[in-house]
Order: sequence, then C-alpha cells, then structure tokens
Amino acid sequence: MDFEDSPAEAAFRKEVRAWLDANAAKRTGRKQIDPEDLENGSAGEMAASKAWQKVKAKAGYARITWPKGMGGLGGTPMQSIIFGQEESKYDVANGGPFAIGLGMCIPTLMAYGDEEAKKRFVWPAVQGDEIWCQLFSEPAGGSDVANLRTKAEKNADGTWTINGSKIWTTGAQFSDYGIILTRTDPNVPKHKGLTMFYIDMKDPGVDIRPIKQASGGSGFNEIFFTDVKVKDSQRLGEVGQGWTVALTTLMHERLAVGGGTGGGLDVPQLMALARSLELEDGPAIKNAAVREKIADWYVRSAGLRYTTMRTMTALSQGKQPGPEASIAKIVVASKLQDISAFAMELEGEAGILMGAEAPVGGAFQGGWLSAPGLRIAGGTDEILRNIIAERVLGLPGDIRVDKDVPFNKIPTGR
Amino acid sequence: MNFDFSDDQKMLKDQARKFLSEKSTTRTVRAVFEGEQHHDAGLWKQIAEMGWTGTAIPEEFGGLGLGYLELCVIAEELGRALAPVPFSSTVYLFAEALLIAGSDEQKKKYLPQVASGEIVGTFARAEGPGAVLPKNIKTTLKAGKLNGRKIAVVDGSIADYAIVLAQTSEGAGERGLQLALVDLKGPGVKRSACATLDASRGHADLVFDNAAAEPLGKAGEGWSDASRVLDRAAILMAFEQVGGADVCLAMAKDYALNRYAFGRPIASFQAIKHKLADMYVYNELARSNAYYGAWALSTGAREIPLAAASARVSATQAFDYASKENIQTHGGIGFTWQMDCHFYYKRAKETGLVLGPQRAWKDKLVTELETSNA
Repeated sequence: MDFEDSPAEAAFRKEVRAWLDANAAKRTGRKQIDPEDLENGSAGEMAASKAWQKVKAKAGYARITWPKGMGGLGGTPMQSIIFGQEESKYDVANGGPFAIGLGMCIPTLMAYGDEEAKKRFVWPAVQGDEIWCQLFSEPAGGSDVANLRTKAEKNADGTWTINGSKIWTTGAQFSDYGIILTRTDPNVPKHKGLTMFYIDMKDPGVDIRPIKQASGGSGFNEIFFTDVKVKDSQRLGEVGQGWTVALTTLMHERLAVGGGTGGGLDVPQLMALARSLELEDGPAIKNAAVREKIADWYVRSAGLRYTTMRTMTALSQGKQPGPEASIAKIVVASKLQDISAFAMELEGEAGILMGAEAPVGGAFQGGWLSAPGLRIAGGTDEILRNIIAERVLGLPGDIRVDKDVPFNKIPTGR
Repeated sequence: MNFDFSDDQKMLKDQARKFLSEKSTTRTVRAVFEGEQHHDAGLWKQIAEMGWTGTAIPEEFGGLGLGYLELCVIAEELGRALAPVPFSSTVYLFAEALLIAGSDEQKKKYLPQVASGEIVGTFARAEGPGAVLPKNIKTTLKAGKLNGRKIAVVDGSIADYAIVLAQTSEGAGERGLQLALVDLKGPGVKRSACATLDASRGHADLVFDNAAAEPLGKAGEGWSDASRVLDRAAILMAFEQVGGADVCLAMAKDYALNRYAFGRPIASFQAIKHKLADMYVYNELARSNAYYGAWALSTGAREIPLAAASARVSATQAFDYASKENIQTHGGIGFTWQMDCHFYYKRAKETGLVLGPQRAWKDKLVTELETSNA
C-alpha cells in the first residue's frame, strides 16, 4: 500500500510537467475563492478558457482518453487524472465551459452520430471553438426526465419541427450547439416515445433566457423552441430510442459532474475562521462544540479523499472502479451547506452580511447560497440515494404507476 | 497509486473469512452471550494456532513478522464475525504497548507468549466515569508495587497480564506517569467481573493492593506511551468496526428484500432505500479512513495520530449508525433476543467506548489538525 505512481505513471507525470512548464505559468499562492464562481463556472474567463483549450488540444491533452485523431492520446483514465492534478498547479483557465459538451454531448454524438457529423463537430468542440449544452430537463420533468413534453414532429419533406421548452440548462447562453431530447410519440408510454437530436443554438427559433437563481446568480437558463427545423440527419439514434441514447449521456454526466470540491470551502477554511473569532467562552477554535463539528466534517472530507484514492488505484491497475465513487456528490453538497451555515453562525450578526462587507469576503455566505443548487443539480440527493440503493445495493426500483400508460394519459397535477 | 491491499493480503482475508464463517458464527456468539464465560476458549486456541496473534510481531520475538496490513485484514474479519475472543486486548493493546515501550528483555519474555496464544494480556487506563486525564490517575507505582483501582478493563477477568497507567510521584500529573506491567495471577490483585453491555466481550474491575509490577518504558512518558498504544489500537479496531458495520448493512438489505408489507418488499420503499444508502455512505467513508490508518500504521508515518483519530471517529460513527438502523429496518423482530441484530448494536457501543469515546477522539483529531496546520 502506497501513494506512489507506477513507473509508467511517473514517466507520464514528468512528461506532463515538462509540457506545462513550457506552455503555462505556475500558480502562485492559493486561488481566491469567488462566491460567483461556485455556481457560474468561469463564464467570465471565456476567452482565456478557449485559448488554453486550443493549446491542450494540439498536444492531445484536451481529451486524453479519446483516440488519437479525435483530440486525444488514446490514454488511460489515470493519465487523465494525472494531467488534471498537474494542470491545477498552473495559472490556467481549465475547461469550465467545455465540461458538459466534452463530458456528455460529444460522447453521445460519437456513439450515435453519423461519420459526417463526427468529422464536422468533434474537433471544433475538443479545441474549444464550439461549445455544447445538454437540453433534457423541463419544467414538467426534473428528476423524472422522461416526463418531458417538448415535441418533435416529422414533416412531409423528412425534416423535423421542434416546439417546447427546456430548463436548468447550464451554459446555454454561450453554446453553439445542443443535444435535445424530444417527444415524438405521445401515444406510447413515456420512455418509448422519445427521440434525440442535436440542434443549432443560434437558430432564430431558439430563445434563451437566463434564470435568476435564489442566490442572485444566473448559471442556468430557460429555453423556448418555436418551430425550430432540424434535418433528419441531426437525429441521434432511432426514432423512439431517445431514452436509451439519453442514458448514455447521463452515464457520462455522473462522471463529468462528479463530486466537485464544494467550491474550496472545507475544514481548513472553517478552522481559519474559528482561529480568528472570539466566542462567549473564548477563542472559537477552543470551543468544544466547534471542535466536534470540525472533526465530523473532517472525517467526511478525508473519507472522500481516500475513497477517491481507492478509485484511482483501481484505474491505475486497469480495473473497473468499485461503486464507492457514487457517494461523492451526496457528501460534498450537504457538507458545503452545513459548513457554510455553521461558519455564519460563528460569525454571529456579521454573518448576515454578504460580499466584501462580510467576514472572509463573504466566502461562507456564497457557499451557503449556492449549496441548495448543488444538492439538486446533476441528480438530487434523493435521486442519488435511489441510485446507490438500486445500482449498488441491488434494491428494487420504485413501483411506477405511469409505466404502461400512454404518455398523453398520465395525470399531470398542477 | 496503490492504495489497496495486495493480492496476498486479500487472500489472507478470504482465508480468515472462511475460517470464521465456520468457527465463529452468530451461534458461537449467542452461546457466549447465554453462557457463563465471556469468551470462547476453543476458538481462541484455534486462532492462536493459526498464528494470527503473532501476525505483526517480529520474528525475533516469536511472531510471524508479516506486518500491520495483514493484521488489519484479520481485524476486519474478526469484527465481521463478532469473534468472542480476547484478540483486541491481547494483540492491539498489550502487544503494541510492549512493542512501543517495552525493553528488549520484556519483549523477549512476553511477546513470544502472545504470539503462541499462551497468554491473554490487556491494558488499563480509566479509574472512573468521565474523561481519562493525567490528574485523574490515582493508581500508584512505587518501588515495584502497584496500588489502586482500574475500572471496566477489557478481558480483565481472564487476562494473565495487564499493562496499566500509573503515577510514580503523587501530584506530578503527566510528568509522573509511567506504564507498568502486572501479573494478574499474582498476590495483591483482586478482580471482579462486571456486567457489561456486550456479554461477548468481558470486562472487569481490577484492584491492586501492593501487587508486584515492573515498569514499562520511562517514568514521565506513560501518558504519551499510552496515547501511542491507543492510536495503534484505534486503527486496528476501526477495521473490526468497519467489518461489523458492513455485516449490519448486509443483514438489513437481506431482511428488507425478503420482508413484504403493503404487498411489496419493504426494500422498495424509499424510506428504507435511503436509510440503506446512508449506511453505505458511512461505511465507505469509514473504510477509506481505516485504509489511510492502515497505511500510516504499516509505514510508521508521522501521520499516525491524525490517521488514528480519523479512522476511529469515522468507524465508530459508521458502526453506530449501521447497527441501530439495522434494528430499525427489521422492525419489532429486530428488537428480540432471538435475532442477531442486538449483538452488533452492543458490539458497536463496546468498540466505540473501549478505547475512549468519540468525543475525546474528536478533540484529539482537531488538536492534530491544529499542529499539522501550524
């Protein structure tokens, strides 16, 4: 048992370091936590992100595990992790706007698109020239994604017309293309009447409106489609097979969204705050209740860190990782909410403030405001528990009252 | 990255599981719970014959000299099986105390007897309810004579020897503390078995009245020696706890899949599914923290105290949660003596308190974080 690279991994790390030294500057000091970044990604850094993506793509580092000629090196997942570890030490804008496209949309296109589409879209996406978004969730279908109502109707000339709306779409405002799950047959049960397409987000029938979140930020959008025409060649998978295609995308989503880091707010930041504050009975860091909470969160953070190392070990040995990686997001999201709330409690009445006026520049207020979103996006805490229960523990799925009912006969509520 | 046990270690684990699934079933545990003895002497003998007691004891002291990773995998299996044997007291505490503080002569005298299973040893700190603090240690060691009282000593009724924390100079606090090794069969030792929560792990009060004892380690270092012993034991015990917690999850899952209510298996209700998912999360976090402890212990890393506190807190939380929610998942039948659930509920509490409560370990954990961040 050790944490060392294998000889091959060490050689790759050396190679990566040399390449990074030649192409980027080392990060000096800790990156400042910007509460806005917690939910908006690095939208403000778009130009820098695109430029860095291009440099990486040329060297095959943009999608290391993808085949050569598709922007990759044909490398291993472990090599991809090593690159990420090393890249994080450099002052570069690493990939925020491309995560969804490259993590979910393009893999779906690669699995179901025709040769022409692959030739046309993969490389521009890999090198950051074109950005993709994922159009699944709707006002009527969040956790129950298959309950979607956006219609695609086939025209006499073989093209399709899309009408409807999508919601919670990250990055739609700067996306060039999107993959969209539509209903093509409302007369069959809900999972059976779906079809997947890719569309041009610049089409005049696509109306993108940012959603102002409870936190004040706008990382997500609502999108309205009015008579958007798409060619049949933009269909991904067979008509009526959209759910199967979507599962491919969502499988990639679980990998892409992953645990996240909770925006860099964790035990060290809480301890720094506790060292700086005085409570009724003396320094906060000496308070027994504070110490107990710190320990509780530390064992969760450390437990996740070492769980990741177990997963990496499996990858490093060329094995399929165990299901333990599925716990990350549940732990991270609620920990962020709890740590932030507790920190504000320690700040006392000053905890009410936000932004520059608040203690530590409002970092904990920012975490607290974004945490509810993190507990919902990419699978709610409840859906993730269902996934662990069903896929890891093998417990039965829920009884679905809408399973064999035609979509247009399913009760809709309010 | 190689943060896992080796194939050989996994094979040892499989062998241990196979052996214990035959020789240490819940019927074995039940027999101990319902009998007069607090352990299964036959099982203990067989475990010693296989050399498990000497797993991490160097060959020069009669052990197998394998290492701590091997001991960790055995600990996990003993925990799964709730093995009613004085393994943790003898191996994690007594032998580790000798390895940490014993002279060469003491190691040569006692460790081979541990490895061969000839003796049962234990470790005693607490003298009353509440926190164990240097100023609360009233047992004295003077001119080779031990006087005082230790409470709730694990396997105290059957142990041949105990290593106790004693004061060499009244009023000196930590500066006067020293470990002492005492023959519990000798004159001046009175022991009385206590009624304890977990009847498969016996505990006893020990009273020393001019009992002959030999110092172990230096005067003034007793407190830090004891801390080091507890750190090492906490990591090993964390594996027992993780093993126990995993069994609770498996029991709850099995019951929920086969118990029908309202016309469906109760495992199909989200209230049950989410509970079991939470158990899984706790158990995996605890397992990962325990692995880090195993790494620290096996390499002698300076992170041992932090790794030990993390493994301890995480494993105690996981076993507590899994054992109580296992009963809850079973419903009324889970609360009966006839079902095995209560064995795990009780073992979870015993393992969670025997090396000191979570509260103390959490405080220690933060102290370690403060020093490592300073």
